[in-house]
Amino acid sequence: MQQAGDRIVKWTLMALAFTALASLLLIAIFIFKEGLPFIARVGLADFLLSSDWRPNEGHFGIYPLIIASLLVTLGAMIVGAPLGIACAVFLNEFVSKPVTRVIKPTIELLAGIPSVVYGFIGVVVVAPLIRSNFGGPGLSMLCASLILGVMVLPTIISISTDVLASVPNAYREGALALGATRWQSVHMVILKAGRSGIVAAVILGMGRAIGETMAVIMVAGNTAQIPHSPLDSVCTLTAKIAMEMGSATGQHRQALFAIGVVLFIMIMMFNALAMTAMKNRIVKK
Amino acid sequence: MTLRKLCIGLGLCLALIACGCGRRSGTSITVAGSTAFQPFAEKLAEQFMTKRPDINITVQGGGSALGIQSARSGAAQIGMADLVELPPEASELLGVTVARDGIAVIVNPENTVTNLSLAQIRGIFSGSIKNWKDAGGADQPVRVISREAGSGTRSSFETIVGGISLAGAAIIQDSNGTIRETVANDRDAVGYLSHGLLNDKVKAVRMDGVQCTEKEILAGQYKLVRPVFLLVNGPPAGAAKDFIDYILSGEGQETIRLNGLLPAK
Repeated sequence: MQQAGDRIVKWTLMALAFTALASLLLIAIFIFKEGLPFIARVGLADFLLSSDWRPNEGHFGIYPLIIASLLVTLGAMIVGAPLGIACAVFLNEFVSKPVTRVIKPTIELLAGIPSVVYGFIGVVVVAPLIRSNFGGPGLSMLCASLILGVMVLPTIISISTDVLASVPNAYREGALALGATRWQSVHMVILKAGRSGIVAAVILGMGRAIGETMAVIMVAGNTAQIPHSPLDSVCTLTAKIAMEMGSATGQHRQALFAIGVVLFIMIMMFNALAMTAMKNRIVKK
Repeated sequence: MTLRKLCIGLGLCLALIACGCGRRSGTSITVAGSTAFQPFAEKLAEQFMTKRPDINITVQGGGSALGIQSARSGAAQIGMADLVELPPEASELLGVTVARDGIAVIVNPENTVTNLSLAQIRGIFSGSIKNWKDAGGADQPVRVISREAGSGTRSSFETIVGGISLAGAAIIQDSNGTIRETVANDRDAVGYLSHGLLNDKVKAVRMDGVQCTEKEILAGQYKLVRPVFLLVNGPPAGAAKDFIDYILSGEGQETIRLNGLLPAK
């Protein structure tokens, strides 16, 4: 009786686990099936390197979108990575455990805030500040980078704290025994030991930033142009798909799936990079 | 213990869903398309169903393009589209104009410009007028806010004004509401939206001296007006015909007017 129950539970769990895998596979197949024939027809170079996006007239160039996605992500990392890593170091090395136990869950709560709320704060607070202090439309690359920079904090902080916590205590004791100050031991020993893990944290944060859609649509201005300054408005790959999917038909719709293919490959690359970084860390230990 | 609670919870949910589905019986039709007309269709459907409990109407959004597509494929009995010119793939469908909608060109209340000619609007949205002083305003850059490619409002606006090739630096927003917010927050911005959604945070400019009001639109003076079509595949019959007749009736048209659109005639 007991054994039969066990078996049922085992098979049920296995079926559930494979559902997750199968849905990933299905999504991948679907996106590629819809997008690849389009890329083949238009030509990879014309699709990726042309700046002309006029779907009604059959022009589908996504170069400005790729550049915008990369620049916004880079900007988000410039904002988010130092903040996140500094926060992780502070939590791990400079405060006592009980304090960490309060602060860390609070930061992880940031991840639970819906992205539309971040976008709203961007529209009503950050964008007007940028417009009145620096000029330009306010809804800009800078605004998107600031908002995304805060949105990736939970990812970067929680992975980085785990990485730093896994650095053996002997390293800290060794550094202190050699007469290093606390700060010296942090930046000469502990950050070095956790380097690849922290790199992985930042790369996963990048994956989160490049895939974010709602907040970016609200704050980036969505102009499909190559920006000349951080104050120019830009349109990312995800924003383009989300904005036009509702009304796109025929070729236009396929073009949006083709953008999905490009995004899919980019995010896969980020994840693969992050995994390689993580693996290196384990091997070293 | 917890498992039992979970089971009870699930059971309750299923029961609720079952109640929801089983409430109505009889003919059911689906109306799909334009998101601008969707709230009106929902309201009208609700009123219609209290009169005719034997008919069940489901209203879905998805945009004008989807409305045309699903009316053609039969996924919906009635498609909704709010385009000035129906695309060629809608040629085999029968279109009934059930309402009209004015498109207002809006600027920030701080902007001193109160009137724009059709040519000026064309120049502003095409990017050839880059400063408000060239349109009778202060020496400030013009910031164009438009809708995404494929939006019914955008294609109607561009068709009526004619000859617009949208300025490369235009900011794109994906709904009437966000256009209004952006213009309300930016002194230099200019955009356009459905006239039913005007409020006092933005200022509608006169076009060639004509104010965008219900009176001027009904008198045929204001040019930026688009029709809202209901599309059916073949002559309407049965429940679909009854619903369209209801929308065109005095009561249906009054509902449309009270909620911010203009009656068809």
